Amino acid sequence: MLTFILKRLGLALLVALTVSFISFSLLFLSGDPAAALAGETASGEDVEALRRLYGFDRPMLVQYAEWLFSALRGDFGESYYFKLPVASLIAERLQVTMTLGLCGILFALVTAVPLGVIAAIRPNSIIDRVALFLSVAGQAMPSFWFGLILIVVFAIQLGWLPPSGAATWRHFIMPTIVLGYYAMPAIMRLTRAGMLDVLNSDFIRTARAKGAGETRVLFKHALRNAIIPVVSLAAVQMGFMLGGSIVVESVFALHGAGYLAWESIARNDLPTVQALILVFSMFYIVFTFLADVLNAWLDPRMRSA
Amino acid sequence: MTDVTDPLAAEIHGPSPRQLLKARALSHKGLIFGMMVVLLLVLVAILAPVLAPHDPYAQSLMNRMVPPVFMGGTWEHPLGTDHLGRDYLSRLIYGARVSLMIGAIAALISGVIGTAMGVAAGYFGGKVDAVVTFLINVRLAMPVVLVALAVVAILGGSLTVVICVLGLLLWDRFAVVMRASTLQISRRDYVAAAQVIGASTPRILLTEIMPNVFNNLIVIVTLEMAHAILLEAALSFLGLGVQPPTPSWGLMVSEGKNMMLFEPWLVLIPGAVLFVLVLAINLMGDGLRDVTAPEGRS
Repeated sequence: MLTFILKRLGLALLVALTVSFISFSLLFLSGDPAAALAGETASGEDVEALRRLYGFDRPMLVQYAEWLFSALRGDFGESYYFKLPVASLIAERLQVTMTLGLCGILFALVTAVPLGVIAAIRPNSIIDRVALFLSVAGQAMPSFWFGLILIVVFAIQLGWLPPSGAATWRHFIMPTIVLGYYAMPAIMRLTRAGMLDVLNSDFIRTARAKGAGETRVLFKHALRNAIIPVVSLAAVQMGFMLGGSIVVESVFALHGAGYLAWESIARNDLPTVQALILVFSMFYIVFTFLADVLNAWLDPRMRSA
Repeated sequence: MTDVTDPLAAEIHGPSPRQLLKARALSHKGLIFGMMVVLLLVLVAILAPVLAPHDPYAQSLMNRMVPPVFMGGTWEHPLGTDHLGRDYLSRLIYGARVSLMIGAIAALISGVIGTAMGVAAGYFGGKVDAVVTFLINVRLAMPVVLVALAVVAILGGSLTVVICVLGLLLWDRFAVVMRASTLQISRRDYVAAAQVIGASTPRILLTEIMPNVFNNLIVIVTLEMAHAILLEAALSFLGLGVQPPTPSWGLMVSEGKNMMLFEPWLVLIPGAVLFVLVLAINLMGDGLRDVTAPEGRS
């Protein structure tokens, strides 16, 4: 188990390092970051001044090393737009995004797991069909459009919920549904497939043969085994969702880290964009690492992988 | 294989795999529905200049936000006009071109990259596999929407840039699936046989491996095409994808957003069409998977 964790940790660190390099080099895609920053109307002198000010005149690898070591100390530089430290900007905005992500994954689990279980117990029943429909529709639903429809119906027509902002918990209801629905299909499909698989296995037949009650068979024996891959999928989805919250946050004007990313990209605020890409990637890496460890802990067969 | 003139032989052999496949395909409602819708929209995209009643770029400030015909408008503009007086139906029809083109080319680019990586990893194993698996991990850790937005913002939003960015980002599923399928196929006896008789590696990859992973590849191509179409719409909605005045469905939703309160159809119509297209492509992909690999259904 320890070897497994160390191996995975090493891999995660290597991935993190590579991602940090990629998110740093994005800045140089335009060819000359100083010229991009100065804008098209800037004079040559202005561009030169900016180049020296931000240190773009040095070799890229030197700049990267410097950026990385400051980032490791929690210093992501200063935002071009806000003139504030990027780290504190992001930390402040992350609260909203984390809340949203957590609510979203909980919503997805609470709806997807029961649906998946019932669909597996009663294949081809009405509930199975509803579940299938919901998952197929969910995979095709453009989340920005779904969000706008919810706003039209529940905020404008019915007036039940506030259309945008993050002031109270009621502001989070619609964004949670939109973000959660995005993660739901995969979780439901996996729960259903896992339950079907487990219900056909020998130990379930043995449990039934011993005379265990159906409830006990379903929840104590079957669900406990079927839920293992679902838990790790949920962790991975959580990482994806934080990165995907950018669309939902912009639809509902939730001023979280995703919204900050959108604003910063539109404003050419490169230090903030770099830091956000890195932060979102780190979340994904940490969540998948935790999922792997959890999986290995729950299912020793995974440890050799 | 089957000798249909001899009833006894037909009874012994039964229907050929190809006949079975056809029968399964024809009885799969999702696949048939998905294919019909996709085919229809492809035709609409190809025939756009013939079908569109107006020029999708022609503005008419006298005819702004005319409602659709089912909301009190006229047949002159069946789906009404937008905030610049451009015919909505025509923009929708030309928008199908944008979506389908971006989806198809992005899926093609990512398909080539991902398949090459996946097949190499699955066939050669060892160090190649380790490197590919690592690259997949790195790619998965990058937040797609964020990176795509940033790159499009830096390079400037154009159709080509959006296609290239999506194509270079969406290869992960190809690599994962192709790696697994190739790993499975390369353990088969006929691959070993080909190796033993001295077939070259490219020959084995092309004539033994590729034909046998092709079904899986087609499934991923369709699913990733749907993925690319959704992402393009999201990028355009956020203002950092296809730029105005190009008719893109995501952009149309974004342009209609500000008038959503009074003219909800400006948002509803392009979103609904986008939803139907992506749904149809996904149904087609899921259907193809069910039909080509009935044992792997989940």
